[in-house]
Amino acid sequence: MSGPVLIGDAMTGGYGAADILHDCTIAVEKGQIAVIVGPNGAGKSTAMKAVFGMLNIREGQVRLNGRDITKLTPQARVAQGMAFVPQTSNIFPSLTVEENLEMGAFLRRDDFRTTMEQVFDLFPILRDKRRQAAGELSGGQRQQVAVGRALMTQPSVLMLDEPTAGVSPIVMDELFDRIIEVARTGISILMVEQNARQALEIADKGYVLVQGRNRFTDTGQALLADPEVRRSFLGG
Amino acid sequence: MDPINAFVLLANFVLVPALAYGSQLALGALGVTLVYGILRFSNFAHGDFMAFGTMVVILTTWVLQAAGIGLGVLPTALLALPVGIVALALYALAAEKLVFGFYRRQRVKPVVLVMASIGVMFVTNGIVRLIIGPGDQRFEDGGRFIFSVREFREWSGLAEGLALRTAQGITIVVALVVMVALFWFLNRTRTGKSMRAFSDNEDLALLSGINPDRVVRVTWILAAALAVVAGTLYGLDKGFRPFTYFQLLLPIFAAAIVGGLGNPMGAIAGGYLVAFSEMTITYAWRRFLGHLLPEGWTPEGLAQILSVDYKFAVSFAILVLVLIFRPTGLFRGKAV
Ligand SMILES: Nc1ncnc2c1ncn2[C@@H]1O[C@H](COP(=O)(O)OP(=O)(O)O)[C@@H](O)[C@H]1O
Ligand SMILES: [Mg+2]
Repeated sequence: MSGPVLIGDAMTGGYGAADILHDCTIAVEKGQIAVIVGPNGAGKSTAMKAVFGMLNIREGQVRLNGRDITKLTPQARVAQGMAFVPQTSNIFPSLTVEENLEMGAFLRRDDFRTTMEQVFDLFPILRDKRRQAAGELSGGQRQQVAVGRALMTQPSVLMLDEPTAGVSPIVMDELFDRIIEVARTGISILMVEQNARQALEIADKGYVLVQGRNRFTDTGQALLADPEVRRSFLGG
Repeated sequence: MDPINAFVLLANFVLVPALAYGSQLALGALGVTLVYGILRFSNFAHGDFMAFGTMVVILTTWVLQAAGIGLGVLPTALLALPVGIVALALYALAAEKLVFGFYRRQRVKPVVLVMASIGVMFVTNGIVRLIIGPGDQRFEDGGRFIFSVREFREWSGLAEGLALRTAQGITIVVALVVMVALFWFLNRTRTGKSMRAFSDNEDLALLSGINPDRVVRVTWILAAALAVVAGTLYGLDKGFRPFTYFQLLLPIFAAAIVGGLGNPMGAIAGGYLVAFSEMTITYAWRRFLGHLLPEGWTPEGLAQILSVDYKFAVSFAILVLVLIFRPTGLFRGKAV
């Protein structure tokens, strides 16, 4: 078995003096979906930012395809094939939908129109609203813009921080379907989710974080079946 | 009752001058609003940046005039504009490298950058006075009028006259061209879009691979170009004096804030709004009313709301009203 596409290995660090992450490991295998769940404030977003180089880790390593990228800037990681959809402020509100996607492709010098068509095929509503300012869209549509923007670089790994936050259950199911569709094209997905049960159902691998530490790590199905995980994190 | 003469009178003393002055303010406010929207601070040095750039344009104009190079009926200053733009762009980039960049790298609060810009303002002000002196400079040449009051009267046969000075005509045309070019740049080019993206969401711009240093540089170059054009047009219209340019800060900021700081469309609307308010409130309406009211009803006084000496009070009043009742401005810019 080859190693994971992307791994944040034994990461320790935080925003300032106090560590938020303690020896925390998250990883995703090629073409798979890895899901991070855990209570609010557990450090899920912090772990994602650490993997993307948006905060310094004191100990541990981040490796992409086996190469150490711990020292790379976020922009350099984008160029290496990583893409990140942050939990909040993940669109350019005054730019149109189309311009948001163009900005996602900013680093690309080739013709990105086919990629944009693929994004429109994935999220057809965005094609209809392409000339509208992204800030005027509904919550679910904005999340589609955010994911679409990240896909424009044709990443090999897509990192999503709570892509279904604040959307209705129907839209949520729809978004999960789309995310599975993206994973089927061979893009590895590392995702944080509030809706732990649904997320673990589609996950190849699941991580339960508590207070910046790995509490449980297993396949999605195994975590769903684990009585202790069910009791503490899935509401019975 | 003579509405046609009343209108011509109004056009000559209020509409045309306010259109020209409004264009100058709009260009100035566009520079301020770009810097605010993208670099996230109010640049109080903008007025003196205008003075610096205009000074270079004037010096270049004098050199060109001495060499006998001109544009015929158009002012030679138009030929000197690019030199002024390059000079001010280099000056602004130097200020970025030596002052603003230092604070930006420390991720200071915007107010610290504002304070730094006041320092840059004083230094720039000193440099300009040192080089060209504090006094008035006239550098308008070429034809003075597109049409004069006398020509208009002979052509129309009206009692009242209307003049369009070359400087006013050029101001309106150049401002229009510059605004269209700016909007084209911001909305159609890759660099322009990346600047708007950076202004919208700096962190996400970084995540998209947009180079912040380049955005900052291009912003200064654009702001410099707008400042030089605004300053030169104002100078051609009303003459150049360093202190006047410092004073222009107030109406320019009023314009940018009325429109909504960070919103280019708002800066343009704000520029004209401030100019028209200033002109109508300080205009003596006596003769205008004389044309419209029945014989013998003409008011005794000047029918002037505020003396011209108090024109800055108009900008100030607009500024205060907007900040109290609609701090984000008419076009919903970023809250101040
Ligand atoms: N920008 C920040 N600066 C300092 N502390 C932060 C910052 N963001 C989050 N934290 C802290 O880090 C901890 C983990 O937060 P976060 O990673 O956002 O949790 P989660 O995403 O799991 O809800 C919390 O205690 C939070 O207060
Ligand atoms: Mg979070």
